[in-house]
Amino acid sequence: MTSPLLSLRAIGKAYAGRPVLLDLSLDVLDGEFLTLLGPSGCGKTTLLRLIAGFEHPDQGSIQLAGADLTAVPPERRPLNTVFQQYALFPHLDVFGNVAYGLRRERRPRAEIDLRVREALDLVQLGEFARRKPQQLSGGQQQRVAIARALVKRPRLLLLDEPLSALDAKLRRQMQLELKRLQRELGIAFVFVTHDQEEALSMSDRVAVLHAGVLQQLGTPREVYERPANLFTARFVGETNLFPARVLETQGERVVVDCAGQRRTLPTPGFAPHAGQAVNLLLRPEDIRVLGPDADHGLPGTVIERNYKGSTLDSLIRLDSGQEVLVSEFFDEDDPAFDYRLGETVKVSWVDGWEWMLPADG
Amino acid sequence: MSGRLPRLWLALVYLLLYVPIAVLLLYSFNDARTGYRWGGWSLRWYRALFANDTLMDSLWNSLALAAAAATLATAIGALTAFALHRYRFRGRELMHGLLFVVMMSPEIVLAISLLALFLLVGLQLGFTSLLIAHLTFCLPFVVITVLARLAGFDARLLEAARDLGASEARALYTVLLPAILPALLAGWLLGFTLSLDDVVVSTFVGGPSYEVLPLRIYSMVRVGLKPEVNALGTLLLVFSLLALALSQLLLNKQKS
Repeated sequence: MTSPLLSLRAIGKAYAGRPVLLDLSLDVLDGEFLTLLGPSGCGKTTLLRLIAGFEHPDQGSIQLAGADLTAVPPERRPLNTVFQQYALFPHLDVFGNVAYGLRRERRPRAEIDLRVREALDLVQLGEFARRKPQQLSGGQQQRVAIARALVKRPRLLLLDEPLSALDAKLRRQMQLELKRLQRELGIAFVFVTHDQEEALSMSDRVAVLHAGVLQQLGTPREVYERPANLFTARFVGETNLFPARVLETQGERVVVDCAGQRRTLPTPGFAPHAGQAVNLLLRPEDIRVLGPDADHGLPGTVIERNYKGSTLDSLIRLDSGQEVLVSEFFDEDDPAFDYRLGETVKVSWVDGWEWMLPADG
Repeated sequence: MSGRLPRLWLALVYLLLYVPIAVLLLYSFNDARTGYRWGGWSLRWYRALFANDTLMDSLWNSLALAAAAATLATAIGALTAFALHRYRFRGRELMHGLLFVVMMSPEIVLAISLLALFLLVGLQLGFTSLLIAHLTFCLPFVVITVLARLAGFDARLLEAARDLGASEARALYTVLLPAILPALLAGWLLGFTLSLDDVVVSTFVGGPSYEVLPLRIYSMVRVGLKPEVNALGTLLLVFSLLALALSQLLLNKQKS
């Protein structure tokens, strides 16, 4: 995790006049697991195809380890792709699929044999070498696709929503396996997904994309706890949003008015000024539910309670009409914990647990 | 009871389909001099056939013409289909539609227009005119067959091939070609049989320098059909069945 392996500089791409990527710059570090996260149509797949060489940027440049890749055709880029629906060659068996890339390099037969065996063992498919792709399950096909890409020993592996066709349990298993492979091989992974949970649990860094613009680039923790804007906050995990107004700044603290409540909070990452409209973002697990007699908090009514095993999720409608999602860790010894549907409560949080963003940001 | 009637019906249909062929097969081994009496088993008509030079010549002419027309049609048709499938260009729909015009138009119309064309450009009627004419009516069948196969082809396979280090030409050769091979084979066989048994077009654009089998037989009918034609028919039948079996074998091998 030192020098940038891949550098995207000011990439722009449009289809039929409709911009898909706008002035996008991004570095992928050697050996890191970077996820491109965003809703469908955000440009993440286009970005991956640009890196692979299947599309060409209208503006900007792509560099890999210092060499300019922008005009290099896909077959001469030292990186490989795991495709969304695997794209295995149906007329070749598993061995033939994995050997395909090495045969194009005209490697000696013995070396091909050895490296294909190694790659298949790596994904635990050693016994399936003579099967045709159609005879394998989705998870096994996925492994063949990974082995086929890894056997070329690329500096960088691109993965285009590789887990989206798998069921939930297999998906979780493959997530762990991909992570293991990436750690063991030390290859940089660029992983495309629209699943924020997947992105948070697997990545070293997450790049959040929306409407062709890079919204935020950071560790999963930064993206989750300190979202750069409302889009990221809403797309990555659940979030509650409380509009507030800055009353005054006091050195390291800022005093805000939130629905009539006066709260003194730590200064956020930007410089607030008196009178500025801001949003206070709170994750459901950071919200505290208090009894109706508490001396602070916003009054509301419990309208939904969902027991989720380790947590208890509630939906509380505030008197202002806003609905607040709360997720509390289950503690059966806490007498104040068990609110019933329709009960009036107050919603609050520990000062400093909120994340403040300017309202026009 | 309920099962018997449909079975009888089916038997009747198959009888209708195969009795003529069976008669031909049987009579090719008939020793009698004139057609319709059974005179015991013999191979004399096969001997007569191989001794009949004009008939054998026309057979080789037909086979050579069919092979040439089918091969050219497959090559040109496959490239046409690939262009229609891969590229979006002005007039693409029109080109696709025109294929059906050639397929659907009555053969006599095609024959007359080809003849008019050849006369107009001053082309001597013979092998070349026959080849061009047969190529014309074989082509749409190949294009349609290959297009159908291409429609089911996942273009990402080509991207995967290039990602793994294959040049564009190499990717087409190693990934696309195996995928459409059954269609190429089917198209070739279709063209071959279409050419082999064509009468109408050949009548118009053929010349005395290159006589094809169907026309030869046709002219023999007028002066009285000899049983050696039965032998020829049997040989052609065996030949087509072998070709069919071979293509099926190749296709199955591909699948498994």
